[in-house]
Amino acid sequence: MQEFRYLENVTTLKLDEERCTGCGMCETVCPHTVFKVEKSKAYFADRDACIECGACTANCPVEAISVTPGVGCAAYIIQTWIKGRNAAVACC
Amino acid sequence: MKELLANDKNAASRAEACCSSSQVTMGGSAPQPLSIPMAQTQEDDTPCCGPKPGPPSSPFEKPGYRMWHFVSGFAETPVGAIPRIATTLKATDFAGTFRARLGICRDRYRVAPGLYSAGDPGAESPVLVTANYKLSFDSLRRELNSIDAWILVLDTRGVNVWCAAGKKTFSTEELIRQVNGVGLNRLVSHRELILPQLGAPGISAQAVKKGCGFKVIWGPIRASDLKTFLRNGRKAEGKMRQLTFSIAERILLIPVELSLIVKPSMIILLAVFFLSGIGPHIFSFSAAWFRGLNGAAAYILGVLAGAVVAPILLPWLPRRQFYIKGIWTGLVVGFIGVLSLGNDIGRLEFLALVLVSTAVSSYAAMNFTGATPFTSPSGVEKEMRQGIPIQIIAVAVATIAWVAAPFVN
Repeated sequence: MQEFRYLENVTTLKLDEERCTGCGMCETVCPHTVFKVEKSKAYFADRDACIECGACTANCPVEAISVTPGVGCAAYIIQTWIKGRNAAVACC
Repeated sequence: MKELLANDKNAASRAEACCSSSQVTMGGSAPQPLSIPMAQTQEDDTPCCGPKPGPPSSPFEKPGYRMWHFVSGFAETPVGAIPRIATTLKATDFAGTFRARLGICRDRYRVAPGLYSAGDPGAESPVLVTANYKLSFDSLRRELNSIDAWILVLDTRGVNVWCAAGKKTFSTEELIRQVNGVGLNRLVSHRELILPQLGAPGISAQAVKKGCGFKVIWGPIRASDLKTFLRNGRKAEGKMRQLTFSIAERILLIPVELSLIVKPSMIILLAVFFLSGIGPHIFSFSAAWFRGLNGAAAYILGVLAGAVVAPILLPWLPRRQFYIKGIWTGLVVGFIGVLSLGNDIGRLEFLALVLVSTAVSSYAAMNFTGATPFTSPSGVEKEMRQGIPIQIIAVAVATIAWVAAPFVN
């Protein structure tokens, strides 16, 4: 996936290193190798590759990761503009 | 019809309007062979017309249900008879895949959720979890020859694993519901479920463990890596965990993209023909038709540039924003296309047509973000805030130029 890069510095992904226990779950579930774990702590190996799918936040056992999850799809975002975030239906 | 009615009513009525046959499968339910003695056939001495009758009904057939062609038999288990599925695809599967890829009846291309078996699984065999979109189900079962496994199909409303996880139908709650519903703890002695990695956005492994006692093991992204995964002590590493988006994968998505554009295009084309008729004589039907054809051509060129050319050339088009990628393809395809329309197009009309192609292409390419596996919603929203105003201005200028052209000439 390295040949495909999307916009930089846009992701809402945040990692609380204090809380992190280094279990490695985020590294396992991320489809874009955003995380790496070393010395019992996760760190961003490639934060700009994040697609905000929410796999890491759903599976972090200590809630150390936060992201505003959603679908990277124009039609979906137009719906969130018109109807609001909660009423929009993911469209892919 | 029981299972069909269990779905939401709208989906069912949509399906009947769309697909002529409503497939009802003998899925997770446990059909018992009928004990009624079979009527004696008198094939040899019946003095009847026409060819010989076919074989008698399968003992697994039940009134009101239709057997799926991929069920090769049933395995007797402590939780009832579980359908055993074939691991090779038939012509009808490929035809179904083809139709789904074109976007025809795609939302009804599903199998019954519940438990299935491949090979001859026992209490120790792995449990593989998937979605009830038939394309997902097929891509899993075709990889299971010589593997003994249980397959737990979640009700994702006929949506693939990745999108269903995003829509939260491939979810923690649905997984727990199915595990408990089929009585998995009475079927297998272990407490592990193997899930496709792309289901992770919808599933919380720790909540599943809490909810039904089963541990989630994240398997590879692609079913084709399953054999290696199982052989390697259930470890998915490196390439198995990374997405790809090859030119072949991108081309496969194009027909569905186009099928989604057809409906709004009808309304837009009507508007194009109407605008084309406006002129010094108030409204001319011949102008509506002949100028309208040029306008429609420019629109269709824009759709092709944005929804076909841009996805194919995706990694090689300059800039990361999809709306810009679409501008490049729309400009080039529009320019060449409109030039080839003929000499009777004035300068103002030429400008209008190329602008239309470019704006439409930009929008269609921007829409392709939803089909890619590497765009984030925050990024898409950011580029839309730049792209949509540009597209609106281009269409507005094109419309003014197009309507003004007959007056100027």
